[in-house]
Amino acid sequence: MQQFLNVTLGGLSQGAIYAAFALALVLIWRATRIINFAQGSMAMFSTYIALVLIESGQSYWAGFAAALLAGLVLGALIERVVIRPVEGGPELNAVIVTLGLFVAIQALAAILFGASFESFPAPFGLSGFSVGEFTVAFTPFSAFVIGSVVVVMLALVALFRFTDIGLRMRASAFNQEVARLLGVRVGNMLTLGWAFAAVVGSLAGLLIAGGNLVHPAYMDPVIVYGFVAAVLGGLESPAGAVVGGLLIGLALSYVSGYLGSELVTLAALGILVAVLLVRPHGLFSRTTARRV
Amino acid sequence: MSAPTAAARRFLPSSVFGRNLLTVLVALVAVVLVLELTSPFRNSQLATMSYYAIAAVGLTVLTGLNGQISLGHGALMAVGAYTTGLLLENEAMPFPVAMLAAMVVTAVAGIVVGAAAARLHGPYLAGATLALAVGVPGIAIYFDGLLGGEQGLRISSPTPPDWFADAMYFLTAGEMTSARYLAYIGWGTLLLVVLLLANLIAGRYGRIWRAVRDDEIAAELAGVRLGRMRVLAFVVSAACAGLAGAVLAMVVRLAAPSGFTIVLSLALLTAVVVGGLGSLGGALLGSALLVFLPPAVTDIGTDLGMSGVQAAQLAPFVYGVVLVVVMLAAPGGVMGIVRRLRHAGRRARGRGGPSRPAAGKQGVGATDQGGRG
Repeated sequence: MQQFLNVTLGGLSQGAIYAAFALALVLIWRATRIINFAQGSMAMFSTYIALVLIESGQSYWAGFAAALLAGLVLGALIERVVIRPVEGGPELNAVIVTLGLFVAIQALAAILFGASFESFPAPFGLSGFSVGEFTVAFTPFSAFVIGSVVVVMLALVALFRFTDIGLRMRASAFNQEVARLLGVRVGNMLTLGWAFAAVVGSLAGLLIAGGNLVHPAYMDPVIVYGFVAAVLGGLESPAGAVVGGLLIGLALSYVSGYLGSELVTLAALGILVAVLLVRPHGLFSRTTARRV
Repeated sequence: MSAPTAAARRFLPSSVFGRNLLTVLVALVAVVLVLELTSPFRNSQLATMSYYAIAAVGLTVLTGLNGQISLGHGALMAVGAYTTGLLLENEAMPFPVAMLAAMVVTAVAGIVVGAAAARLHGPYLAGATLALAVGVPGIAIYFDGLLGGEQGLRISSPTPPDWFADAMYFLTAGEMTSARYLAYIGWGTLLLVVLLLANLIAGRYGRIWRAVRDDEIAAELAGVRLGRMRVLAFVVSAACAGLAGAVLAMVVRLAAPSGFTIVLSLALLTAVVVGGLGSLGGALLGSALLVFLPPAVTDIGTDLGMSGVQAAQLAPFVYGVVLVVVMLAAPGGVMGIVRRLRHAGRRARGRGGPSRPAAGKQGVGATDQGGRG
């Protein structure tokens, strides 16, 4: 029973991170119809920037802020320079470009920051809260993880619902041509969308790194989990991505806790195949016409 | 077409299979010459190139002709390599049998993956096969008793039999080293695979695959069973990956999870994209790049004062940059550029075949290959 509780709590806080990562994928998919396979590498890169700052004596929070800012700039830059030419083109071309970025950024990080494992600090304690005589696997850091993911999600909801710029971003995602006719600078909105998504992705990268070891490939499995979560939620819906992330976090935590941690990525593959075969448009989709 | 080439044409076989066979035989002679004249180090590099190329020609058929991307070919190669490793343990059977078995096992795995993949397209397919690439090495670690865990399986690679060494000595007066023998196995397999694939894509199936890629609804209306054809393409491609894995196992003498990372799958993708998607010649060119580029780039890195670890990472960095640049600047790859130059030249001379639009639409989907390999 205690193990079940611990595995569930661990799954929830991991799930919150996957939810953030899936949300980043969904934001980009809605805006540009591209799955950004480089998302993990970008997040890893900005996490390394935080690590460099922290190791040079800055506080955790300075590194945290710098990483989010780096994510913002990196996202905007990548959209403008390499993604813009393949937007709206054959979908395979865009996939290949993001895969190229995925390898290139990862190798660049290994060249700049070294390819070895390094420990990343956590701003809060990593020992579990005690309830009576039990110690549960829910740490102050897990609380911070879930809290910051919730804050980011609320901020995004507020941005899209209540601000002028959010409305324009939604308009460009909904119908580029009409939005352009109505005077929305669609190009700028797409850049902004990539930038925000990269910030959310960087947050996921920082939260996964906290209290763990980082190396240039540490986000590789997370790309898979985030993608599975996004597909589970239907790729279109931010709310779906969040629910998908939490479900994937729980499911993988059970697999890891009861079957063996080597099987986690395979379990993710199994879930993905099952979802795609049974409900290819995700758990929350209404019936839609097939895109031709 | 000028008169001498037209005259030479008359002596060439008229069937596609005959022409392909002739090309492969000429290539075989070239391979023997190159392998006999180069050092053992170059021999082992060429052996490496052969397994990259076997996997790349399979991948180019899948991605270039049928329009399905796969990031899981590294994982499929792992299936082939581990099968070979298990079968060659204690020299239980001759290596060609083990290679065939590896091919069959991987093809069966390809049916399973392909059946799931047939319903997917573009980014969904990429994501699903990415999950495959990240997940499959976990199997080797989970069953560490059978598959050797992180350490991997040691593989006893075949030694050259006396009759082969004697025959080659008779032909070329060259010593038969182990590296050279393995390179012969790899290149023999590669030429056979290329011959078979060149015929396949010049024929009915190649036509159907291209039709499915270009317009699936039109293909379906014409009576093509989309799902079946997609699975078939995946199985053919997986069989190639299995053979590639078998050659890899014998050349590297080790099958370990660290050898089949996502970088392997992406390197294969780089090879086929750089050469030009859908072209067998392009895939060969791309795999040559995979073998001969990293040492060159690493040397440049050490010359610039990087440490060994940093310089080793330059190669994947270049792969990534090349993927992006090729997709932005010339989505048709090297073969696409060659084709465009040839068309431009023909039009400048003002005669020859009917003037076609130079490059058509600039997409991966539009790179076409008549099927002459």
